[in-house]
Amino acid sequence: MDLQLIMAAGIAVGTILLFAAVGEILAERSGVLNLGVEGMMLIGAVVGYATAVSTGNAWLGVVSAMLAGGLLSLLHAIITITFRADQVVSGLALTFLGTGLAAVLGEGLSKAGAISLLPRFSIPVLSEVPVLGRIAFTEQSILVYVGYLLVPATWYWINRTRPGLHLRAVGEEPAAADALGVSVYATRYRYVFVGGMLSGLAGATITLAVQPGWFGALTVNGRGWIAIGLVIFAQWSPFRAAAGAYLFGAVVQLTLAMQLPPTILGLANPFYEYHPNTFFLEMLPYTLVLVALVLGSREAMRKRIGAPAALGIPYVRGERGR
Amino acid sequence: MSDAPSGIDAHQVSGQGPTDVAMLAPSVELRGIVKRFPGVVANDGVDFTLAAGEVHALLGENGAGKSTLMNILDGMYQPDAGEILIDGRPVAFRSPRDAIAAGLGMVHQHFTLVASMTVTENVLIGLDRPRFRLDMGRYDAEIGRLAEAHGLRVDPSAKVWQLSVGERQRVEILKVLYRGAHVLIMDEPTAVLAPQEIDDLFRTLRSMTAAGRSIVFISHKLGEVLSIADRVTVMRRGKVTAEGLPAAGMTKPELAQRMVGREVLESLERTWLPPGDVVLSLENVEAEGDKGVPALRGVNLQVRSGEIVGIAAVAGNGQSELAEVISGLRACRGRVMVGGEDIANRPVRKAIQRGVAHVPEDRTGVGTAPNLSLVDNLIMKRYRSKPIGRGWSIDMGAARAAATELKDSYEIAAPSIETQARLLSGGNIQRLILAREIESAPRLMIAVQPTRGLDVGAVESAHRLLMERRTAGAAILLISEDLDEILALSDRIAVLYEGRVAGITDAADADVTTIGLQMTGGSGAEHGQEPAATGGVA
Amino acid sequence: MEAPRWLSPTLTAGALLVALVISGVILAVVGADPIRVYVHILNSSLGSVGSISDTLVKSTPLILTGLACALAFRMRLWNIGAEGQLLLGAWAASAVVLVPLVPVGTPGVIVLTVMLVAGFLGGAAWGLIPGVLRAKFGVNEIIATLMLNSIAFAWIQYWVFGPWTEGGFQMTRQFPVEAWLPRLSDLADAFPWARGLTVHGGFLIALVAAVVVWLIVERSAWGYEIRLIGDNPRAAKYAGIRIARNILLVFAVSGGLAGIAGMAEVAGVVHRLQDNFSPGYGYTAIIVAYLAKFHPLRVVPVAILFGALILAGREIQPSGVPAMIQGIILFCLIASEVFLRFRVGIVRRLPATTPARAGGE
Repeated sequence: MDLQLIMAAGIAVGTILLFAAVGEILAERSGVLNLGVEGMMLIGAVVGYATAVSTGNAWLGVVSAMLAGGLLSLLHAIITITFRADQVVSGLALTFLGTGLAAVLGEGLSKAGAISLLPRFSIPVLSEVPVLGRIAFTEQSILVYVGYLLVPATWYWINRTRPGLHLRAVGEEPAAADALGVSVYATRYRYVFVGGMLSGLAGATITLAVQPGWFGALTVNGRGWIAIGLVIFAQWSPFRAAAGAYLFGAVVQLTLAMQLPPTILGLANPFYEYHPNTFFLEMLPYTLVLVALVLGSREAMRKRIGAPAALGIPYVRGERGR
Repeated sequence: MSDAPSGIDAHQVSGQGPTDVAMLAPSVELRGIVKRFPGVVANDGVDFTLAAGEVHALLGENGAGKSTLMNILDGMYQPDAGEILIDGRPVAFRSPRDAIAAGLGMVHQHFTLVASMTVTENVLIGLDRPRFRLDMGRYDAEIGRLAEAHGLRVDPSAKVWQLSVGERQRVEILKVLYRGAHVLIMDEPTAVLAPQEIDDLFRTLRSMTAAGRSIVFISHKLGEVLSIADRVTVMRRGKVTAEGLPAAGMTKPELAQRMVGREVLESLERTWLPPGDVVLSLENVEAEGDKGVPALRGVNLQVRSGEIVGIAAVAGNGQSELAEVISGLRACRGRVMVGGEDIANRPVRKAIQRGVAHVPEDRTGVGTAPNLSLVDNLIMKRYRSKPIGRGWSIDMGAARAAATELKDSYEIAAPSIETQARLLSGGNIQRLILAREIESAPRLMIAVQPTRGLDVGAVESAHRLLMERRTAGAAILLISEDLDEILALSDRIAVLYEGRVAGITDAADADVTTIGLQMTGGSGAEHGQEPAATGGVA
Repeated sequence: MEAPRWLSPTLTAGALLVALVISGVILAVVGADPIRVYVHILNSSLGSVGSISDTLVKSTPLILTGLACALAFRMRLWNIGAEGQLLLGAWAASAVVLVPLVPVGTPGVIVLTVMLVAGFLGGAAWGLIPGVLRAKFGVNEIIATLMLNSIAFAWIQYWVFGPWTEGGFQMTRQFPVEAWLPRLSDLADAFPWARGLTVHGGFLIALVAAVVVWLIVERSAWGYEIRLIGDNPRAAKYAGIRIARNILLVFAVSGGLAGIAGMAEVAGVVHRLQDNFSPGYGYTAIIVAYLAKFHPLRVVPVAILFGALILAGREIQPSGVPAMIQGIILFCLIASEVFLRFRVGIVRRLPATTPARAGGE
């Protein structure tokens, strides 16, 4: 078991979660809860893959995946922002729709693609760094490196820029933002759309970079929901989301790796090759998410901080509070 | 990610002090304004003029249409008919941004501040500068200078949730000043202030007019209007009953006459009652507020049967927490004795069982279930006991009968008892709540802000009901920001300051000045001294 | 002026129609023939007595999980975990037979009753986990229940491939006859037309459950508390209702109902525990509950409708069609509800009094 290799794979897998989580953070910071991440990831995955297969260009696949995710999220945006419907139910509907639509669209797509993937490479100099270099900067897909840049950029955007100020205001106290001329609706539309695009990107990351091929609903396999859970654990901070995503990826890869060797540390491996015990390993990621949720929620209760104050509440001009 | 291009440059006004008369505010005129909402005409052909450099009071009771009119001037609402003229030229404000660009800024009654952000961040929202990067250091300093120049004491880098209500109002004023407002519209600014803070505010307003700004002062308080205004416009039921009259020489009864069509607002029958048993006894009650900050620091208080004890306090001094502690909604230390039994930290159900009724501050957020029917709302405290509750089930027939009876006797205006509560007007929601709470014949009633935002008819009926309860022997704790209401209804008045009882007097001996001093910490609130930020978040 | 009585059901019907049209369009775009698909759905579900029976079989677990969701959603408790609770109920019921927890040879009535109780308890226990997490730690129950669904899935797989496996295949051995819920076809000797009809006792259990849940929600004090919490938790707390306790109770009962659905599936349909025996009943139940507007009695006809969809959906290509249609239906329902609110919202405040919200005018 090469731990460094496992961690490197974990970072790649974690990047998928990272994109989706950051997208959801942005949407939720503006006050809109979008539970349709799983559906949008699936749409992004299938559209990206199909486009790459038919055009032979993986980058076109990425772009189309992001557009598809964004478009689907607009449906949620219209229903919840303009029509002020319940955000939870709309998000669930989006998941159903995206899942079903993706299955319909993906019908007939060949399973494992002989398509050109996105470039993978190592970063010179950085990949020479002991341990960390091999894990983080060696032979990773370009999207992984995009992920590294996305996190601090998002943090900076949210906390140190004027548009970020408006984003936070709209999510915390939309009446204040509205009174000062910030368009609450437009802001929320924008960030829901961006969140949708990032979820689409996450889907494309699966089919075009990390786990190429289209396998129906199994392609995403619940990771959209895990990303939403990560957002809570991350307390809406991009850096914490990244930490959670990479950690999660590492654990998943570890559980996979643990099934391979006949012995671990000299003892017979209870999870060796299809022994029913492996199902417990399969439970591990989901259990971890539960633990992360508990930790995140307890911390929120303790520090009396938490979600953006207006999260989940439709905004109507002239109404005071609920 | 910038919004509209109507460049609101924030450096038009900064640091201009009271001695600078360089810029004069524009003259403002509203002609024939009509505004309708479903079921009511809020403004019915209203004319209003504002001259440069004056304080013009807009007077009227709750529901007269004053806020609506000013919201139109501020760009929040669009009029159905009529026009707005700035310096003689017609303008159309599609949003508050347009109004601000024309030099008008409104300080709302309910603050629109982002609690988790700093003062400076709140001021910067919605501006076109800074272009992209937030340089907090520079803007902290700039806002700080602006504040000082106008005598508004507040720390720009403080987070708003840490500020007192008076300080938050200053932030709201800074917001409009920073945007170069020459016309300030202040909507009921004194509702949340203690008498000394009101004096501070008036000083600030006068210095602003001396600098050439104009101020519209919306209020329903006659005394304040007479003390601060140059001219007065009175509104009643959407129409103007007195336009732009000089305030000098006007008297309260005259104004009252224009406001409500009769000379005196209200006269309450108070019968003398012999002192009853102690119903409520608070012994050394301590509690924290929502943010963990101490809200009650050792409250000792008693309320007897047949008496109304009024709690006079500036918002944020623990009165909300006091009501919650007694009704069981908040944990505390110390003892809360009702009828000799300690109900502190017991479940809410216990307080209800011991005869504690609670008319909450938040009528729609706490006091009612908006989408449920009148019936469901009216049985909220009674569904566990006969005749409505029978073991595990609810007798809906009995529930409906009870609801019909309450609806009639308390005159709750609604199409039927199955109507959803959210469709009721504010006054009727309060009647519903009062009906429900009073019907259980409580021995202790806690009424928090019972008449806030209600029109005169609803106010009178609420006061009448409370007095009837008092005569019937209930002990009533009245918590209100309206000092007039406290003075009119209470047998005894207790002042709550920073979570402690700062003084208790009999109503007959009450002196507004003393009470005002106690509300702001005794001697600590002279000019230049700021009462420390208090526990509890308003 | 409130909305007229007929408006809501009309809008719902309209929404369904619109959803079918939109789905039809998408199907056409992808190359399938929408008319053929819809006709097939109708045929395979209602075309004969046999297919009606099959539809009812498919709708049995939907009624029960639909009730589970409706109950929870009435309190705005988003139990997305009906699927996992169904699985745990099936597991617990199977344990009764496979461990075994009752002696071999016990009469069927007792075995089935014990299985029913076990199914309820299994689902209730699984539902209590997110209930406790929510009540004690404020954990978002949507994600918690979803994670538990996946864990439950793996749990079943462990037992089915492991200790209880039949020859290493993904199923356990078949249950003895005492553990079979009686079917209509058991009466074929007395009623020849009943030959081959697989609708089973679980359907009756489901109907009884619907009535019971209706009584709870509309007629009991507990139901009143649930409705009050669902509408305004702060008001409920103010009225003296213990919210945490209700969260636990509702999650337990909701999970228990879904657990019974699991028991009905293993005892009435497959007669063994096997991998992946549920085509997502717990998820379809969400839409069933929503379409029924969380009303327990309305869940029954809606569940039958969706039972038909699931039954026919097995044979429809592409395989994602049922899920897609369900999603579109849900979206159209939400939109229609918004429309209903808008229309009522136009007349928000009743006349003779002023708009209260603007904080005094």
